[in-house]
Amino acid sequence: MSPVLAAETAGSFPLLTAVVVLPAIGALVTALVSKRRPELAKQCAVLFAVATGALTIAVLAGFDTHAAGFQMIDHVRWVQDPQISWTMGVDGISLWMVVLTGILFPIAMLGAPPHHDEKPFYAWLLLLEAGCLGAFLALDLFVFFLMFEIVLVPMYFLISGWGYEGRRYAAMKFFLYTMFGSAFMLVGTVALAYLHAKGGPVTFDLRTIAEHQGVLSPQTGRWLFLSFAIAFGVKVPLVPLHTWLPDAHTQAPTGGSVILAGVMLKLGTYGFLRFGLYVFPEASVYFAPAMITLGVAGIIYGAICATMQQDLKRLVAYSSVAHLGFIILGTFSLTTQGIDGGVLQMINHGVSTGALFLLVGMIYERRHTREIAKLKGLQRSAPVMAGVFTLVMLSSIGLPGLNGFVGEYLTLLGAFLTHRWWAVVAVTGVILASLYLLWAYQRVFHGTPDEANADMPDLRWTERLVMAPLIVIIVFMGVYPKPVLDRIEPSVKKLVQHIETNTHYREPKAPKVRPAPAAGGQTASQGKAGK
Amino acid sequence: MRDLIWMIPALPLAGFALLLAFGKRLGEPLAGWLGTATVAGSFVVTLGVFLTLRTDGGADHRLTQSLFTWVPAGSFKADLGFLVDPLSISMCLFVTGIAALIHLYSIGYMHGDPRYHVFFTYLNLFVFSMLMLVLGDNLLVTFLGWEGVGACSYFLISFWFSEEANASAGKKAFVTNRVGDWGFMCATFFTFSALGTLSYTGIIDGASALPRSTATVIALLLFVGAVGKSAQLPLYVWLPDAMAGPTPVSALFHAATMVTAGVYLMVRINPVLAASAHWLPTLIATVGAVTALFAATIALAQNDIKKVLAYSTVSQLGYMFLAVGSGAYVGAIFHMITHAFFKALLFLGAGSVIHGMGDEQDMRRMGALRKLMPITAATFIVGWLAIAGVPPFSGFFSKDEILVYAWQKSPVLWAIGFVTAILTAFYMARQVYLVFFGDARWGEPVPEAAASPAANEAQQSAAEVDDTTATDANDEAPVAAHAASDAGADGHGHEAHADVHPHESPWTMTLPLVVLAVGAIVAGALNMPFFDRLKVLEHWLAPVVEHGQAHLTVSSGLKVGLGVVTVVGALVAFALARLVYLRGRQDVAEQIEQPVFARGWYYDSSIAAFMGGPGRRLFDAVSWFDRTIIDGAVNGVATLVRGGGDRVRVLQSGYVRNYALGVAFGAIVLVGLLLSRAVF
Repeated sequence: MSPVLAAETAGSFPLLTAVVVLPAIGALVTALVSKRRPELAKQCAVLFAVATGALTIAVLAGFDTHAAGFQMIDHVRWVQDPQISWTMGVDGISLWMVVLTGILFPIAMLGAPPHHDEKPFYAWLLLLEAGCLGAFLALDLFVFFLMFEIVLVPMYFLISGWGYEGRRYAAMKFFLYTMFGSAFMLVGTVALAYLHAKGGPVTFDLRTIAEHQGVLSPQTGRWLFLSFAIAFGVKVPLVPLHTWLPDAHTQAPTGGSVILAGVMLKLGTYGFLRFGLYVFPEASVYFAPAMITLGVAGIIYGAICATMQQDLKRLVAYSSVAHLGFIILGTFSLTTQGIDGGVLQMINHGVSTGALFLLVGMIYERRHTREIAKLKGLQRSAPVMAGVFTLVMLSSIGLPGLNGFVGEYLTLLGAFLTHRWWAVVAVTGVILASLYLLWAYQRVFHGTPDEANADMPDLRWTERLVMAPLIVIIVFMGVYPKPVLDRIEPSVKKLVQHIETNTHYREPKAPKVRPAPAAGGQTASQGKAGK
Repeated sequence: MRDLIWMIPALPLAGFALLLAFGKRLGEPLAGWLGTATVAGSFVVTLGVFLTLRTDGGADHRLTQSLFTWVPAGSFKADLGFLVDPLSISMCLFVTGIAALIHLYSIGYMHGDPRYHVFFTYLNLFVFSMLMLVLGDNLLVTFLGWEGVGACSYFLISFWFSEEANASAGKKAFVTNRVGDWGFMCATFFTFSALGTLSYTGIIDGASALPRSTATVIALLLFVGAVGKSAQLPLYVWLPDAMAGPTPVSALFHAATMVTAGVYLMVRINPVLAASAHWLPTLIATVGAVTALFAATIALAQNDIKKVLAYSTVSQLGYMFLAVGSGAYVGAIFHMITHAFFKALLFLGAGSVIHGMGDEQDMRRMGALRKLMPITAATFIVGWLAIAGVPPFSGFFSKDEILVYAWQKSPVLWAIGFVTAILTAFYMARQVYLVFFGDARWGEPVPEAAASPAANEAQQSAAEVDDTTATDANDEAPVAAHAASDAGADGHGHEAHADVHPHESPWTMTLPLVVLAVGAIVAGALNMPFFDRLKVLEHWLAPVVEHGQAHLTVSSGLKVGLGVVTVVGALVAFALARLVYLRGRQDVAEQIEQPVFARGWYYDSSIAAFMGGPGRRLFDAVSWFDRTIIDGAVNGVATLVRGGGDRVRVLQSGYVRNYALGVAFGAIVLVGLLLSRAVF
């Protein structure tokens, strides 16, 4: 059967398709650059990455803030039976993932150039970007699965080709572990499409499947949810499926770590939102307590493990386990606040942890070690780097006024509304976060530098320019997150309503503030107010 | 001025931004003057807003201003807004006023430091955060300031970060505060789910309708936050270590403003406290009283001039919580204001002494400084009389008011407060006598300290010797660090202690001392007892505390009696201290300065031992579990699969003859099967 390509929606420019295709073209072009001109490969790759970033900003600019559903849909039929189509669409949830991807890739390319074989490095990165964007935008289960799998290949080669001493083991572990999860998802995807069809025409269209609930029995839905949950759980990663992550993060080249933490982990949490809550509302409600438990476990367990790490990069990697725990907690709180916070936290984690990995990479470039014990007193030799590190660290700790706080707070608040005591336990993660990061900071930046650390050069101008956009985002989203939340919220509200209409679950409503005069009638303040 | 409320925090924020961008270029002393100017400007705006509130506050005595929506999510909404009422504007007045003076003081004190501009950058950020804390019109904005001051405190405690002890002290302050923040965050969740808002207006109006259990939980959790920020038992441990920061920081953050944030919060939510179970105020009063006594005993035996003041601060904050628990909210704020004056004065005086002595902090190497540092000495003595509660100095009035309310709550609480007052008078007298009177002991070797005069030696001894000596070494380290950085910068400091030439400090340092001394004398006039017209502060704060304020039923005679007893107690303590420390009764001094006091009842070292011992082992165990069990299982599966694969792979050898053999074997079996079927 040959694929049938036929444009259904003619007319407007297929912006979303362009967002996905442009980096893929870039990868091809970069791969075709002459071997003798490696610097050309970099320029070409950065150009494509920046152009893609510009396109994602165009998506943001063209996004209708108040619309809850999918926008800018590109729909191209691909396979007739079973019905598979190239459907791309964006809503308030995927919008920010797309923008985050668009921003982080050029930064990762500029902030952490490889030491050898530039050409394939950049080509793989661009292919990776195409895969990530495709996964975030796909509204077809089959295309999503395809993109979800495609990203493994470039990341495998990035880790095994440009990583550090244990790269082969780490790359293999990463690849096999995620493939193991994906196998379940493949079965789940196919089973879902065929079971949902009930003998009729089979379709992989996400909206068709998700909007027609009640076809599957709850029992079947729960099993299918689990098959997806294993794939996403490995990707997030959920404790205890997380051990590929510290190895992969630590061994990957800096650029790979930034993308791995900043973008690829979000495929898991995004997957839970899009293919968990949306497709399986009944099962999501059913499994919510278990997922929240895993989220809280991740928050505390990840933080404790991070505290005891001797390797700075590994410490940051474990902090990701804790941060992603917050996102899971917010997502499965099934409240508007929690999911809002979860989406916000996905952006925050991408920015803050991406920045932390860049900084750790810059330290490694100078000192050729990631071992905390070998670093000391760097604040004296590199005050600007120390200042940037402090800001990013405080953002990661969740200091109000910086981005991390808003997301973390909303996830916890949302979780509190449905799972009160779990949230109270999860807040201890806030204490632990300050413990492991400040302790690491003290050991690396405070104290009197020994001979090896005394002359470490400070950030160069190019490096400062790379960090600048991240710093701006960190501060802006901490002070004024409203524009971001305004775009997230309609879609989140729609998702929560979708769950409510298809299950017995009802979002707890916070009590309305009573008008002051009515309350004043019963209180002692009446005497004063009456005057 | 109604629309200019935002300027109060915005000016220090602008100062922070400017210093961050151009601080290095401005250098010394311009960076310092810029920082001072923005805070002074903020003080002027505060005055203007204060006058507006007095004349034009409306019936509810509130001015509000909302800048923008900070966090909107579903039904949750928190504005970046300000609430000006008698409570917050009173706080703003003394915060900006004292902060401006301390900025001015720092211009002289930080002279020659290589990171001069950085110091003022942080200081301005702190004032901004503190003002957000106070002015915020909802719990979330207060939390923004709450965490902001915590971060600034962290930056400035570890300002001289080359010394490990300073870095540790900063981290300890932040992490301990975060334990309290756990309570604060949980309290906001409970508040939102009960009231649907975090705004103070909503909380105050809705408090009386809250179920008692909910009100109790909210108030208790906020109290946990307050215990962390205001250094009460069991979370006080960070404050004594926080003295590692430069002295102006100790005066501004760790005495006058930041540490009183917990008291402010309790007063702010007094309607919730009023709606909560009765055991909660009793608990708060008890924690306050016990902390006051506990810290006072420790202060008796400290030799570091700043450590005495640090424990004294913990103790005085205990009084404020005693007041809150006894329903004396006005008393708590009153004592907060007088304490801000006299404790900032004492800290800055101590800083002046340290500065004049060439970075000496050990009181055993001081003495007879009265003549050489006349202004410092005179103002310090004012501070001493104020904290000891001698009339007519301000401390007398505020402390007396708290003790009267404590008596009404329970005579036991009063007794604890009374004993603490006597101890306070005693240890402060000891400090004044050791520093300003008696013989000059400059540069004399002191038994323990002599072993570790230099920072690196202190570090070594901390690593090598047992725990008790290690504590001492840590005490010394900040001194040495300051000495090192100062000496390295301009040769102003003295490395050898024998070569000490005490001198009076420059005018930028003594002027704030004089102003604060005036404040420490007259601040008592804010709330005079007996005559209703003289209770200015009580009337002023009445709209804020009307729900919670207890009503005094104690007779006037008893009030006078309690006051007289306290004053007599303080005077007796003076006489005793004079006997012991000026007449050289070393034997009695040794009796009083018990090691258990000097080591802070071994509380801090026990916690450190627990965290370093079982706590660390637990964390190690989790980490081991992760490496060995969880990751081990993953690798185990991989090994298993590979092992299985190896065994299966043997079959796929690639030799045709092996395959042929297999085929032949299979054929034989098949044939055999068919034959057997045919036969049977």
